[in-house]
Amino acid sequence: MKTKLAAVMLASAVVFAGCGSNNNGADQAKEASTNTEQSASKVENWDEITGQYRDFALDQTDKLVAETDKFVQAVKSGDVETAKSLYAPTRMYYERIEPIAEALGDLDPNIDARENDVEEKDWRGFHRIEQSLWVNNTTAGAEDYASQLLDDTKTLRALIETVEVEPSLLVTGAVELLNEVSSSKVTGEEERYSHTDLYDFAANVEGARKIYELLKAELNKQDAELEGQIGTSFDNLEQALATYKSGDGYVSYTDLKEEDTKKLSQLLDALAEPLSQMGTILGA
Amino acid sequence: MTTDDKKHAGDSILEKPVSRRDLLRLAGVGGAGLLLGASGVGAIFGAKGSTALGAAKPSSEDQIDFYGKHQAGITTPPQDFLMFASFDLTTNSIDDVRKLFKSWTEASAAMAKGVMIGEVNDNPNLPPTDTGEAAGLNPSKTTITFGVGPSFFDARFGLASKRPAVLADLPAFGGDELREEWCGGDIGVQVSANDMQIAFHAIRNLARIARGKAVLRWTQEGFQRTGGADSAGATPRNLMGFKDGTGNPDTKDEAVMNEVVWAQSGDGTPWMAGGSYMIVRRIRIRVEVWDRSTLGDQEATFGRHRDSGAPIGSKKEFDPVDLSRKDGKGKPLIPVNSHVALARGNGSVKILRRSYSYSSGMDNRTGQFDAGLLFICYNRDTRKQFIPMQQKLGQMDALNEYIVHNGSAVFACFPGVREGGYIGDTLL
Repeated sequence: MKTKLAAVMLASAVVFAGCGSNNNGADQAKEASTNTEQSASKVENWDEITGQYRDFALDQTDKLVAETDKFVQAVKSGDVETAKSLYAPTRMYYERIEPIAEALGDLDPNIDARENDVEEKDWRGFHRIEQSLWVNNTTAGAEDYASQLLDDTKTLRALIETVEVEPSLLVTGAVELLNEVSSSKVTGEEERYSHTDLYDFAANVEGARKIYELLKAELNKQDAELEGQIGTSFDNLEQALATYKSGDGYVSYTDLKEEDTKKLSQLLDALAEPLSQMGTILGA
Repeated sequence: MTTDDKKHAGDSILEKPVSRRDLLRLAGVGGAGLLLGASGVGAIFGAKGSTALGAAKPSSEDQIDFYGKHQAGITTPPQDFLMFASFDLTTNSIDDVRKLFKSWTEASAAMAKGVMIGEVNDNPNLPPTDTGEAAGLNPSKTTITFGVGPSFFDARFGLASKRPAVLADLPAFGGDELREEWCGGDIGVQVSANDMQIAFHAIRNLARIARGKAVLRWTQEGFQRTGGADSAGATPRNLMGFKDGTGNPDTKDEAVMNEVVWAQSGDGTPWMAGGSYMIVRRIRIRVEVWDRSTLGDQEATFGRHRDSGAPIGSKKEFDPVDLSRKDGKGKPLIPVNSHVALARGNGSVKILRRSYSYSSGMDNRTGQFDAGLLFICYNRDTRKQFIPMQQKLGQMDALNEYIVHNGSAVFACFPGVREGGYIGDTLL
């Protein structure tokens, strides 16, 4: 989670809020008042693309709310084992759409802050419950955090309904997702108690892949080589990640050796570098 | 002189062997000052680059052209700082390797000139092509020297038959305690510059350009006393306090360089003609142990006086090393197991050393310094030059009590690149 960035993105969401999805591309070009908006007209069907991403984000948050509900019930009923088994898979719905959640003010810290990211009195959300489950092996004391978490995911769902997805958010969001992996998941810092980092890793990559798939056709028109390079790099990373699958999920981060994390990290860098050039479709 | 004339004057030296007269003539073209501080062929191409730039800023004397008959950074007088990087290729496609070498060539030529890499440095929607930390700085005599290791010639790229016989993994030497993390690599890149930030910038950008094709395997930064701290340019001292490099052959003597450093077309590997073989050894110095040995022991270990750098029993640094001189009791003045006695041998085998000191913080297991020497040398035939020398040193060198070799790599450094060509274009 990145509080600073969240503020910036929120600002940009507000700036572009006037550009409704019912405006067509030509109107947008006429009304253009900023670089990003002008360049966005380089792609004609932005509304369609951002609309599809919005649908994806809504679908993921719907599932997030439903799965969090189950997780929260387990916590509240004192079922530690069920809560533990639901924890990581539930979080994946959040991790896939993290950039958009980060654009929504305090929601990201409320849902996803790690210990010391925020003041102790403000610390809540998934990781607070994670600590309770894995360090103290109990749900006792976590019930209120569980209720808050469910409320926060519902608020997220409601806010995503209203948010305007900007082309620049898509382009930078894909790289953001991989940067999340690079800075906290591949190092095992995200899930410091449960060591379920690879679930987040996979979900972040899936979220980035979704954005790439949406932009693929446009990107191919403007830079086929870049598009191909990104596709190959996604394949390479996903293949490597698949070797750490275990049942429906992934092995514990503690099972990874240094050469494993190094390999994953290098494949991630190999993907994120060309992916960061995707902004080329926004023009100069 | 018109721009075209200058260009012609510059290009012509790329196409024929360079005589000393050419060198002087070019010095006239480019400005006599351009030759100061540079030597041999490197200086010629330094001058050439400057003339081609024409209206370049006054710092052009600070510039060493990337292009030339030989790669820069070999006979170039050692700059203040080093960043060495070993890369492993992650692609199995020789086309990708060629693309990488072309991109690296363009970027390196730009960095040697001190200009930004690439063209997309002002688009708000994209990450800038150049990472920017060297923007506006003088070229600082940046040289970037590329070579390929033995593993480059394994089954991946179908180049096995092109591997020079000279380029093989080194045998195990006495005193080796090699650590995988500081060994080998498909590609070796030596960046030297008079500014550490510029040197780092070079490796950082090369690594970035390589993403998806190659990854860093290991890196090492190095330093020596700066030109600013020693404007006279005396032989630098290593971290043991002794002068290092006194016995180097004269890089200004083309005949000697052809004998000692440059692979020749008749040496069995035509694509390496004009290139050189680089050996890199990460040698940790047990500085804590060294610091508590007496001056007498230290001097007997090196075979030289610490202060003057002179061979034991002599007065001046460059006095001849005479191993036959005896003391009053008939014992050799310069101990037979001293570093200079063994390294020099009978004087017939030479290498061109281009080492830098390194400091990589603290060894957390012991609380001691991880500091020493990143030994780099160039030779024409490693089998006849470096290996026999190191075999003797590894077994007998009195210095071994104070040092440990913990990293090692060898690379075939390509011949120089002509403008329009790319590194390794004689091979692939």
